[in-house]
Amino acid sequence: MISLKQAVLMTGDEAVAYAVKQSDVDFISAYPITPQTIIVERLSEYVGSGQIDAAFVPVESEHSALSACIGASLCGARVFTSTSSQGLALMHEILYVASGLRCPIVMAVANRALSAPLNIHGDHSDMMGSRDSGWVQIFCESPQEAYHCTIQAFRLAEHLEVLLPVAVNIDGFTISHSSEPVELLQDEEVKKYLPHIPRPRLDYDSPHTFGSLALPTHYFEFKIEQARALENAGKVVGEVASIYPEPAGALRKFTVDGECRRVVVVGMGGAMGTVRHVIMSMGIEFYSLVSIRMFSPFPGRELVNTLSEADAIIVMDRAMSPGMASPPLASNVKSALYDEGVRTPIISVIYGLGGREPTITMVKGLLNRVRSLVEGGIAQSSHIYLGAGGETL
Amino acid sequence: MTQITKLEQLYGREGISPGHSACQGCGAMVAVRQILMAAEPPFIVVTPTSCLEVVTSQYPYTAWRVPWVHVAFENAAAVASGIEAALRVLERKGRGRRHRVLVIAGDGGTYDIGFQALSGALERGHSFLYVCYDNEAYMNTGIQRSAATPPYAITTTTPRGKPEPKKDIMAIVAAHGIPYAATASPHLWKDLANKVKKAMGIEGPTFLHILAPCPRGWRYDPKHTIKIAKLAVETRIFPIYEIENGRYRLNYNISKPRPVEEYLATQERYTHLLKPENKHQLEEYKNAVEQRWQKLLKLTSLDKITH
Repeated sequence: MISLKQAVLMTGDEAVAYAVKQSDVDFISAYPITPQTIIVERLSEYVGSGQIDAAFVPVESEHSALSACIGASLCGARVFTSTSSQGLALMHEILYVASGLRCPIVMAVANRALSAPLNIHGDHSDMMGSRDSGWVQIFCESPQEAYHCTIQAFRLAEHLEVLLPVAVNIDGFTISHSSEPVELLQDEEVKKYLPHIPRPRLDYDSPHTFGSLALPTHYFEFKIEQARALENAGKVVGEVASIYPEPAGALRKFTVDGECRRVVVVGMGGAMGTVRHVIMSMGIEFYSLVSIRMFSPFPGRELVNTLSEADAIIVMDRAMSPGMASPPLASNVKSALYDEGVRTPIISVIYGLGGREPTITMVKGLLNRVRSLVEGGIAQSSHIYLGAGGETL
Repeated sequence: MTQITKLEQLYGREGISPGHSACQGCGAMVAVRQILMAAEPPFIVVTPTSCLEVVTSQYPYTAWRVPWVHVAFENAAAVASGIEAALRVLERKGRGRRHRVLVIAGDGGTYDIGFQALSGALERGHSFLYVCYDNEAYMNTGIQRSAATPPYAITTTTPRGKPEPKKDIMAIVAAHGIPYAATASPHLWKDLANKVKKAMGIEGPTFLHILAPCPRGWRYDPKHTIKIAKLAVETRIFPIYEIENGRYRLNYNISKPRPVEEYLATQERYTHLLKPENKHQLEEYKNAVEQRWQKLLKLTSLDKITH
């Protein structure tokens, strides 16, 4: 028997809000910032109309939003927040406390450029500025993925081997505000998938001290344990995804499209849809695409298996690391390859800053250029700004 | 409400265990003990980064016999908001129970860096008691001036004395229209305990401002903490009053104040103020104390007229 799935036209923001609604959250706290605002607007409606039995605390800043979320999480609540750009930057201090106190908070980040100059459009600079905060970091390609990832994020965060916050990233506007038909699970399926698992919490009858001072004698061990918990997220994600009621929406560390791997494009986020479309239209016999979903913990070793036979690898970063050897994703790919002794040339591409979406023409030009370098036997590591900085691709 | 008049009326559980690393004569610690013994269980304590936090929570030890959390410096009121709001929901859903929420913060975490979070939480109307133990400077980092530092007091960042007045935190807090705010001093333990009990029995945000003498920061012999707290009240420098639903009530009328100089002379942070060449500064200081007192009397008497 074929089960009929409900498909509803939704933006990425709406899909995230709907997933949160179905996830039986207890507590939401957020502050308005474009382009995540629709998420909190929808959630306010759901709480206000009694569709979710949760507290909605409209705080006076993002810093307070995450602080309130930590307080709620330490009481055993299932907690959600969302932000973007400057809001995430303002939270920066508390991001480290959320992971250090092992709070399984889920946060949607509608990725947006950082000021100055002020810009409200999409890029990954916000999350990359906090990439070492010890959070699980997932990047989605579409509203549909945003929906599935948000639900699975709660299960992953609350896994007792993990107990860490999870950031679900969606590109500002291209995903947050773009509508597509989103297939939804039944409320009961989600409820069954997300049982409430008890964990240590603030309670008078069993007093715990949270947020100690740890001096050089102990601080280091805390941080090592926390790093191991993040590694555990990479180990248990398969299990978390395998029991997800919709196999097509199961969270994967990355996906691979294309059989031949002479030139492999590695990237993440909404623009990978454009890259995939170009590869499919140009013929998949020369290129393939690795679209990363789990950026942290970084699936380095698994990636190497996919990348090791390539003649050249294009790594597409939607953020800069000014003054550093490579931008964030390229750095990680290079490190993973180096550890396994692979020395494939890497073309590091920075694209899409401040909402300059890569067009089909831009991507085609890039792929053609790299192909000719590979065929001429002269591919070597290089850096490119796609569609900017004098590049005429 | 039954007034606490005897020690045996306090709750038995000492919230803080011996062995913490507070300085000898720490006024804040005396106040915290009194607060925790007057607080009706069940409750949860939130402390921002502060002296109190570092002297009670050094891993692998804890001095806290009650549930306690520290998140960061500027967000105690936001953390308390989250706890309070979440527990209401969890109780409704059968996965937790409501606790009273008690913030104990220093003056830096209240007047300065924690001010925005405090204002936000008061405006949203969360039920919690926010206690500011005011030792009038950043003592944890080595005695730097805060907005709570009184005029002319010497700190490590005001080596010639602070030129600015002390921020009137009570007026600011009261301006949020919260149901209850009060001042208290550790030398008046019964008054302090009754105010904690009263505040924690009220739905909505409540605030307690406690003067907490600090031997290191104010530079005096640790044995004088309670004496100095008493002098602050009896010189009218730190009036003991409460604001309940907008009504001011003076809890201790100091009809014959002791000389301000007597208070200043107990602390080396004011030594310069008593030198003959700084007489004009001393006069200014004394005038400000008297003006504050008269203003308070006016607010109290206005209240008598209108109510």
